[in-house]
Amino acid sequence: MKQIAANMAGTVINVLVQLGDEVSEGQDILVLESMKMEVPIQSEVVGKVIEIKANIGDFVNDGDVLVVVE
Amino acid sequence: MRKVLIANRGEIARRIIRTCKSEGVATVAVYSDADRDLPFVREADEAVHIGPPPVPHSYLNVEAIIGAAKSTGADAIHPGYGLLSENEAFARRVQDEGIVFIGPSPEVIGQMGDKLTARKIMQKAGVPVVPGCEDPVETVDEAAQVAATIGYPVMLKASAGGGGIGMQICRDEESLRQAYQSLRGRAKAYFGNDAMYVEKYVERPHHIEVQIAGDQHGNVLHLLERECSIQRRHQKVLEESPSPFLDPATRELLCQSAVQAAQAVGYTGVGTVEFIVDDSKNFYFLEMNTRLQVEHPVTEEMTGLDLVSMQLAIANGESLAIGQEDVKVLRHAIELRVYAEDPVTFLPSPGTITLYQPPAMEHVRIDDGVQNGTQVTPFYDPMIAKVIISGTTREEAVERAREAMQNFQITGIKTNIPFLLEVLSDERFCEGVYTTWFVQERAAKSNN
Repeated sequence: MKQIAANMAGTVINVLVQLGDEVSEGQDILVLESMKMEVPIQSEVVGKVIEIKANIGDFVNDGDVLVVVE
Repeated sequence: MRKVLIANRGEIARRIIRTCKSEGVATVAVYSDADRDLPFVREADEAVHIGPPPVPHSYLNVEAIIGAAKSTGADAIHPGYGLLSENEAFARRVQDEGIVFIGPSPEVIGQMGDKLTARKIMQKAGVPVVPGCEDPVETVDEAAQVAATIGYPVMLKASAGGGGIGMQICRDEESLRQAYQSLRGRAKAYFGNDAMYVEKYVERPHHIEVQIAGDQHGNVLHLLERECSIQRRHQKVLEESPSPFLDPATRELLCQSAVQAAQAVGYTGVGTVEFIVDDSKNFYFLEMNTRLQVEHPVTEEMTGLDLVSMQLAIANGESLAIGQEDVKVLRHAIELRVYAEDPVTFLPSPGTITLYQPPAMEHVRIDDGVQNGTQVTPFYDPMIAKVIISGTTREEAVERAREAMQNFQITGIKTNIPFLLEVLSDERFCEGVYTTWFVQERAAKSNN
């Protein structure tokens, strides 16, 4: 199980995966926005999305878990 | 013009207040909850609260801004840069309310805001544009056909893309066909729009722009160029003028093209024509910015002119006070943008500034918007200060820039000052030999 976390404080502006989706390593799974910069968050592993902890519009801090991949 | 409302925040609001004060024009600041304690709010003659921190609820809230202008009796609005500065509907609304919009006409803002329209106007005016398709391609075969006509490498672009997302370089037909499908899927997911364009990819380009000014009486002049090739994430970090890359003949052609571009649309106000310049010094029109730019102080320090003062005079209906022959290079100028961000990953770093001490040096101008204790929030741009350095030679300016950055103390948040110092010590930068690939090439070199 791998927890994919935010690498900066910001607002979730897009969630590109759904529960149960198979993702590949390096695939964009979510987009954060902070200080007018959009940063895609990528999956670090191959696997299945088993939990999405963030919704569009949520403000997250650096290190907050966003998605869990199994 | 007696009273100007500044529909912006931070350093640019302070910058505009400074010129207004020196010309005896009263100022009105507008501010969100997050900016209540910033210097620009204090420094304006009046300040009006316009809403909560997210920009759609405050700095992009047209009704709140118009309301503030009316309640304070402002007779003009300066939009600064970003936010509403290139919003055609806002400019029109300001005019409809009988208030002077400090910028070009709404029509020009609209024409130049649409990349395809701008491209067509420039082509017609004889300004070179990057070869590419005029309308979006519908199929991968159509994309391949366009690419074959203009020649590889090409750039495949999502029309709704921006900030580096949704574009890919293709060096042959096979890679174009592969990129087309994945990019189209990405564009749909990110932007909800999968229209694609193909244009010629310019290898190792320079981003060079020309400052122009036009009055309401048909006079247009250029204020020479700015070299803006040091960028990260397609955003500028350092700008300088004159460009160390241009020779006098190319400079003359480039500046003349910018004047032609401004004349073609009947431009009034100050503006910038951006070009991409290849290694052989062929240049192509990129876009026109119909506003004051972040890097305008580079031109001010180089020429000794005050661009905000020119904006006010033009908006007042006055003729340009100078002619082309009066525009001279007085010194070399460099602007460094200090961002609240990690100096290695370039990721934003909001937080509270616990110590803020900019360098106090001769030949160093600081345009900033923060102070000790300022909370740098995630709602706005990461730029916290601009340091503009001038010297009689480029070498002198670079040396002073190094000293200035070494003496700039900011604690509490991460900043890109260590990165700026590295740029100023880089051999290729010091020699003036660099392109928009500078940051990536540096990163690749340090990884090896």
